[in-house]
Amino acid sequence: MKNAKTLYDKLWDDHVVRTEEDGTALLYIDRHLVHEVTSPQAFEGLRIANRQPWRSSSILAVPDHNVPTTDRRLGITDPVAKLQVETLDNNCKEFGLTEFTMSDIRQGIVHVIGPEQGATLPGMTVVCGDSHTSTHGAFGALAFGIGTSEVEHVLATQCLMQNKSLNMLVSVDGDVQAGVTAKDIVLAIIGKIGTAGGTGYAIEFGGDAIRALSIEGRMTVCNMAIEAGARAGMVAVDATTIEYVQDRPYSPTGETMKQAQAYWLTLHSDEGAHFDKVIRLNAADILPQVTWGTSPEMVVAIDSVVPNPDEESDKVKADGMRKALTYMGLKAGTPINEIALDKVFIGSCTNSRIEDLRAAAQVAQGNKVADNIKLAMVVPGSGLVKKQAEEEGLDKIFINAGFEWREPGCSMCLAMNADRLEAGERCASTSNRNFEGRQGQGGRTHLVSPAMAAAAAINGRFTDINKLT
Amino acid sequence: MQAFTQHSGIVAPLDRPNVDTDAIIPKQFLKSIKRSGFGPNAFDDWRYLDEGGPEIDNAGRKTNPDFILNQPPYDESTILLARENFGCGSSREHAVWALEDFGFRAVIAPSFADIFYNNSFKNGLLPIVLDADIVDDLFQRVSAVSGFQLSINLEAQTVSVEDEAIASFDIDAFRKHCLLNGLDDIALTLKHADEITCYEEKRKQTAPWLY
Repeated sequence: MKNAKTLYDKLWDDHVVRTEEDGTALLYIDRHLVHEVTSPQAFEGLRIANRQPWRSSSILAVPDHNVPTTDRRLGITDPVAKLQVETLDNNCKEFGLTEFTMSDIRQGIVHVIGPEQGATLPGMTVVCGDSHTSTHGAFGALAFGIGTSEVEHVLATQCLMQNKSLNMLVSVDGDVQAGVTAKDIVLAIIGKIGTAGGTGYAIEFGGDAIRALSIEGRMTVCNMAIEAGARAGMVAVDATTIEYVQDRPYSPTGETMKQAQAYWLTLHSDEGAHFDKVIRLNAADILPQVTWGTSPEMVVAIDSVVPNPDEESDKVKADGMRKALTYMGLKAGTPINEIALDKVFIGSCTNSRIEDLRAAAQVAQGNKVADNIKLAMVVPGSGLVKKQAEEEGLDKIFINAGFEWREPGCSMCLAMNADRLEAGERCASTSNRNFEGRQGQGGRTHLVSPAMAAAAAINGRFTDINKLT
Repeated sequence: MQAFTQHSGIVAPLDRPNVDTDAIIPKQFLKSIKRSGFGPNAFDDWRYLDEGGPEIDNAGRKTNPDFILNQPPYDESTILLARENFGCGSSREHAVWALEDFGFRAVIAPSFADIFYNNSFKNGLLPIVLDADIVDDLFQRVSAVSGFQLSINLEAQTVSVEDEAIASFDIDAFRKHCLLNGLDDIALTLKHADEITCYEEKRKQTAPWLY
């Protein structure tokens, strides 16, 4: 096909306001999501320059990183965190922006509430001062994380100066085996291409196994595009996408919805569109994944052992592996299913939606958290996810099994609030980063799917979800 | 933004790949609502032996003598030499603010994570991409000569040792222009306000659900 475009090309072209001689483009932003950590300095910048937000209606703000996951009526005890959340509240009041405050049932992790509200729609450009903004690409949107200077830039101009990325297609062909989830798929992809494999690219995820995923599963995959180095990950629009965005508070209705749908269904890569790089995975080869090191690319299947740095030919990589093993307190050759845990965290913008909680509850039902697990916690992604889970009785299943059932927020994914690991503690986590100190200084993180995390809680060590008795 | 034209300084080697922004500035310091003051907590988990926090005075903390930035002359270095995928992970611009506040004006690595790379330019910190073998060579030179210095010339796009250019680097023309002149890119964009409005008017016709 002549002039065949990729999905990314289409999204890009539809948002270019102007282009500089060197190709730098001024890109228009449709939706700007804002949270308390990366915005205060941006609002301060607006005030200093005496500027106003260009289009207030494009903005949706929510506190999520610093909020407590325990009783909200008690407020935030940490005075520094409290000031930051209050600063967001005050900035939103001052500039007349919509904010779901801490006491609002719609409050939650910014990447959960955007889609939940229909504030994320296909074809949009979506930005947020948070690297996991790539999540929203699941809707066939161009969504990427930005720094605070860019937050200020979007507030003031509704645009960003951007250089176009290259196109990469990651195709996961065929069907996955039972027990293999979106999280396992994306961890396997990162294991294959590495954490810098997608640097400079926008990744489109395609293939039968991606098409078969629910929107929530696609969000999990796109969420971790950044862990493969790509600022943006995306999936083409199809009937699954259209169905999800129906009847949400911010979604269009009536004739406008029909017009929107007609456009949205064009949001896929054309036959013959050029990708600068194509990666293929065979879905059937993917087993449940567990990270063993301090980078998401340090990942193996549940039936494997901790790898040996001596077998790595790249010296820099081998050194990195040795440092990781020391930090993680692991020995090469240890079977993954012999690694015992101290804590389990089910939550984060990667895996805190209703389907994630259902998958974990299914494993937890009728079981008890193992004695060696000091804390197993479930943190829903939003107040509405929490409500839905409670209506389905999932909270009871978790509580009866010995899990703690918390209020929504980012929680122990990055441990900015009180939820954290102590030095040396080992955690099975459904979050997205296993960096040194990420979940608490000296804490050791293993990334897994919600079902695998629940199974680890029940057995006290990693267990193949398909071999659970 | 502070302009960047030329700079000479001591090079500190940070010999590990995938240095993430959580390592550059740990999360507890992100609770600040300011842009400044992050320097003493750059690489906090590696730099100190005890745990720090936004309300803890760093003067009373135990420093890690094995960490490069605690060792003279590297405590006064202004150029950071790193390995591949530097600045990966979180979008926190606090990572750039921390490096600048420490005193760094440039980071040299074989590759950078995209968001960190972008954030650097917004703050006058120059990220320089050089081939992995050149970076390897620089690591060797740094370990051979204590207080090894490099000179960077943005206009010429060169990295030099004692006036002899040893490498040249690529940079987008627009970014170079902004950095050389320390331009405020919001003001630059607002020069095109009419075009932005015009774009919006068109989009309201073709995609009314967005407005």
